[in-house]
Amino acid sequence: MLTIKVLGSGCANCKRVEQIVRKVVSEMSLEAEVIKVTEYPDIMAYGVMSTPGLVINEKVVSYGRIPSPAEVTTWITNALETANP
Amino acid sequence: MTTLTSPSVSHDGKKTFVILALAIIFWLIAYNLIQPLANWISFDVFRLAPDSHLGESVAFFLYDVPKILLLLSGMVFLISIVRTFFSPERTRALLGGKREGVGNVFAAMLGIVTPFCSCSAVPLFIGFVEAGIPLGVTFSFLIAAPTINEVAVILLFGMFGWKIAGLYVTSGLVVAIVAGFIIGRLKMEKYVADFVWKVHRKVNVTEEKLTWSDRIERAWFSVKEIVGKVWLYVVIGIAVGAGIHGYVPEDALASILGAQAWWSVPLAVLIGIPLYSNAAGIVPIVGTLIEKGASVGTALAFMMSVIGLSLPEAVILKRVLKTPLLVTFFAVIAVAIIFTGYLFNLVL
Repeated sequence: MLTIKVLGSGCANCKRVEQIVRKVVSEMSLEAEVIKVTEYPDIMAYGVMSTPGLVINEKVVSYGRIPSPAEVTTWITNALETANP
Repeated sequence: MTTLTSPSVSHDGKKTFVILALAIIFWLIAYNLIQPLANWISFDVFRLAPDSHLGESVAFFLYDVPKILLLLSGMVFLISIVRTFFSPERTRALLGGKREGVGNVFAAMLGIVTPFCSCSAVPLFIGFVEAGIPLGVTFSFLIAAPTINEVAVILLFGMFGWKIAGLYVTSGLVVAIVAGFIIGRLKMEKYVADFVWKVHRKVNVTEEKLTWSDRIERAWFSVKEIVGKVWLYVVIGIAVGAGIHGYVPEDALASILGAQAWWSVPLAVLIGIPLYSNAAGIVPIVGTLIEKGASVGTALAFMMSVIGLSLPEAVILKRVLKTPLLVTFFAVIAVAIIFTGYLFNLVL
């Protein structure tokens, strides 16, 4: 089970990241919980100032830009490998 | 420290460099072809007389639009490459140990090169304050980053040359340093929203390790993003400029916005505050103002006021700043812009 968090106050770029993540998750037919983190103190707790940020299983994988679906796929694959070696 | 490695899924390094080389060659050829092409279309295809007002305007438009768009793409690309070496997170680390004064100067300069989007203003503010960066230094950054905007500077350069562009950057820096320093001296920490002081980082983000082909791809991505957003404003702005060119008398604005009228600078700043426009829309207007007799200091003050002081930004910052600080923030910047306006009117 993966927990994926999209950090961002709700700007257009954050929504695009969320869409990309949801698309990748459904394409990989994974069980994953996608959570939007919109409150600033919660975002800042990850040390991220430039939104949108992306957190997979509590690890910040990207911030301040919109990652490509291919990148998201790789990060998810890596996270799965770390979780179930 | 561990590093985030960007997965190289789609990119083959060599391919990126070949495409880049081809793009540079194409850019150079296109840039050298626009003048003859613009003349050929206006005077041979449309058969306009080269010395007529219409012929001149059409040739000017056909030359200026592709020229500015090419310059914009090329320079946004270069600036974006530079910006891949900076991030707000890294800037915060760089500013961490700086005192006021030196810190203000550093913050303003980092504001130019750090990638910034107005939607990040609040997290940036909180993040800087949380890291213990003095309030005034934080404000120097927050003033410089949006005001000295890459699109504004490139358009000024493309339309009026490096002198005006350089003046704009200099005045933006001066305003950011001075205004930030003054706000720092006013000791207004108690007017920062209380929750800001309670924010704590649990972890630090790790820095990304980028290869050159990563940097090139990201820069290309921002070219598409930025040019895609502003090209229409540029075209409309140049069209309006080309149109006004011959119909409004040269000195129409000299009496109202010329250097002799002492009230022209504060008036320009006041008018600029409620106006909210992106840089791409404002530069052609500023060009027209200067052409029709407004003095350079007044025109640049107007431009800084429109870009740097905006009501939407005030609404965003309201979440972290209590009213007295928000009002002070705006007032100090406005006064600083007015002074730089006067300064340029005096020396130029």
